Amino acid sequence: MKYGLLFAGLFVASVAVAQKEEALLQRVRAKMEKVNDYTAEGRMKLDVSFINAPASKVTVYYKKPDRFKVKKAGGISILPKGGVSVNVNALLAGGSYQTVPGGTSTVNGVATTVVKLIPTDEASDVVLSVLHVDEKEAVIRKAVVTTKESGTYEILLNYGAYTAWGLPDKVVFTFNTKDYKLPKGITFEYEKGGEKKVEEKAKSKKGTVEITYASYAINKGVDEKNFR
Amino acid sequence: MSFIIDVNGLTKQFGELTAVDGLSFSVAKGHVYGFLGQNGAGKSTTIRMLLTLIRPTAGSISILGQELTHHRKAILQQVGAIIEKPDLYTYLTALENIGILSRLSGVRLSKADLLQHLERVGLGERAASKVKTFSQGMKQRLGIACALAHNPQLLILDEPTNGLDPQGIADVRNLILQLSREEGKTVFVSSHLLSEIEVVADSMLIIDRGKKVAEGKVAELLHPSETLVLLDTADNAATKTLLAQTQWQHFLQEAAEGILLQMHRDEVPALNRFLVENGVAVFSLRAKHSLEDYFLSLTTPNQHVAAYTD
Amino acid sequence: MWQLTRIELYKIFKKPRTYIAFAAIGLIILLIQLAMYADGETYLEFMLQNINAAFDIEGKKLNGFFVFYLILHTLLVHVPLLICLVAGDAVAGEAAMGTLRLLVAKPISRTRLLLSKFIASSIYTLLLLTFMAVLGLLGSVALFGVSDLMVQKSDMFILLDKSDVLWRYAAAYGFAALSMMTVASLAFLFSVFADNAIGPIIGAMSVVIVATILTTMDIPVFNALKPFLFTNHMLNWKGFFDRPVDVREVLKSALVLLAHIVLFVSLAIAFFRKKDVLS
Repeated sequence: MKYGLLFAGLFVASVAVAQKEEALLQRVRAKMEKVNDYTAEGRMKLDVSFINAPASKVTVYYKKPDRFKVKKAGGISILPKGGVSVNVNALLAGGSYQTVPGGTSTVNGVATTVVKLIPTDEASDVVLSVLHVDEKEAVIRKAVVTTKESGTYEILLNYGAYTAWGLPDKVVFTFNTKDYKLPKGITFEYEKGGEKKVEEKAKSKKGTVEITYASYAINKGVDEKNFR
Repeated sequence: MSFIIDVNGLTKQFGELTAVDGLSFSVAKGHVYGFLGQNGAGKSTTIRMLLTLIRPTAGSISILGQELTHHRKAILQQVGAIIEKPDLYTYLTALENIGILSRLSGVRLSKADLLQHLERVGLGERAASKVKTFSQGMKQRLGIACALAHNPQLLILDEPTNGLDPQGIADVRNLILQLSREEGKTVFVSSHLLSEIEVVADSMLIIDRGKKVAEGKVAELLHPSETLVLLDTADNAATKTLLAQTQWQHFLQEAAEGILLQMHRDEVPALNRFLVENGVAVFSLRAKHSLEDYFLSLTTPNQHVAAYTD
Repeated sequence: MWQLTRIELYKIFKKPRTYIAFAAIGLIILLIQLAMYADGETYLEFMLQNINAAFDIEGKKLNGFFVFYLILHTLLVHVPLLICLVAGDAVAGEAAMGTLRLLVAKPISRTRLLLSKFIASSIYTLLLLTFMAVLGLLGSVALFGVSDLMVQKSDMFILLDKSDVLWRYAAAYGFAALSMMTVASLAFLFSVFADNAIGPIIGAMSVVIVATILTTMDIPVFNALKPFLFTNHMLNWKGFFDRPVDVREVLKSALVLLAHIVLFVSLAIAFFRKKDVLS
């Protein structure tokens, strides 16, 4: 009985705290709501052990609630699948979830409140999102998302000129990669000979995408064809 | 007399086979020199050595007074040749062929000059035709035109009348005579037919199985009174050595049945007397056939000295 | 020398067989371009299935640069066979036709004769490659436009910026020229040994085919052999599509190929100088 009370008390406490977190998320969401769409110019750098692509200028298109596209003018851009998630809006935008408080942390020297989101929809690919929210600016500084399909990925956000819109200057997206291997019979490759380098084994299974935004054009309308 | 070709001890071995065996001969300037032998006697191998296509195993060749291997380029610029069949670039025209080949000989001729050379062998009208449309005779004539285009001092013609019709044969004969008499060129012409050689050549060389059989002025070698003598004595080897120091050394050789010599018919009694005086035991001495008959036998397939002397 | 070479070139380009290679290359290029034009997306899907599983690729994937890379990838394995056709014919063809004895009886040294023939074969090879480059690159760019180039290696996916591609093609052209000259010199060497034209062509082709099979089969036993096969080094034109380019490896391959050329041509000359021309 005594224990029962204790449990009840804990539960009440957690709900109370969760309400506080909920309010914080509301503020974040409200800030985001101001942005209907944007077209941003930036620079994207992809760092995956088996992909060798140059850092390049990209244009990022966004439209509420979760349409997101990264394009390289006249060129080719590569994004990890689910690249939509580079945009945190998607995390908060739709769906129902349970909020669980996670204490505080420091991200890049900024104090943040940790909020855990557990989607209530069982079909959701996302199992758990851990958001590190900057209370002062009402922006997300860091998100760690665990999914059923692609494992855990992490999003780090830096803010600058567009903090008021809740839009980051720089996003670093860290994700898991699978192995990449093509038979040499297809690639007709030159054989170097000698011992294979050890570094191959040490190849990281993590990849990152880094987008540095130079400028945003907010709520100016985005042509539908950009999402095709 | 200056020699245009001077060959000494020329030998070529292909593995075990000796195709040319210690051949020596000289070709005088301005002469038509006949080179006679059966097919397979070593004519082609000899001609190829003269043209640096084949390296001699032994012996020396000197052409136009210069040693061949050391002055190859200078010598070959003065040589025109047809080697066996007149094979040319069949996918090119007659004019293109003669143009290319004269250029390779180091002369650049105008189109008019080239056409003139084709006219000379009666191919003027076919200058623009591809060689693959030519008959064997036309190719042969084109071959001659190509050999002459760079105005060489020495012409080496290997069986030039092969595949020609009677008219063509006559044309080639006349051309050879004209080149020699009127233009002072030296012509070295091979054939397996004595009849071919005797009408054009001043001198001739006869070879059989790589060896020299006879060499000399055609008029002398083919004189009706020149005869072949077969001599059988108690010791043929010693007799041969003895005769080698006399005026009868000409064409002296040991055959299966005895010693063969060539001499004028009138000299036979003198030979007899000489042998008796030197105490040679003579079993038989027969004046055989005329030399011409003998050469004919040499140049007719499947007949050889041994068979003939019976 | 140039004079001799010009005569050799003249002969080469008067021969109908010479144009077979141009026609074949032109046809293959057009076929690849047509196929890509009609159904390139499906092909791309197939080629990229490995990477498509985890990544979204955005942009004009099917572009002129990509198609040209595909053409080179396909053709540079087969063009050697076409080059054998002409280089293998260089000496043996003349021997078979009976014109070799005419040439050798001319006041030209055999070394010069052979070198001029080799140079002519090489020029032919270069013209063939240039034809391939012009038709392949210009044609593909006209049909498909330009964009970044995706290159797939067995363990690496490389994306090259479109402004970073042309110099690589230029360098690869130079390297391919060296490769093809290696094949030409091999066929040339065979050509000196034979008196008929078919033998050296088949001979050189067989060597190239066997070596290529050994090179492209990914079997450990063969892998040990590969660094010693010139066909393996011939594939190193792809080295120019690495970023950064492994200059040392590419240079090494180029030197290996150059050494082969020098060896084959020297052997050909050494043998030809001693050869009794009996044809």
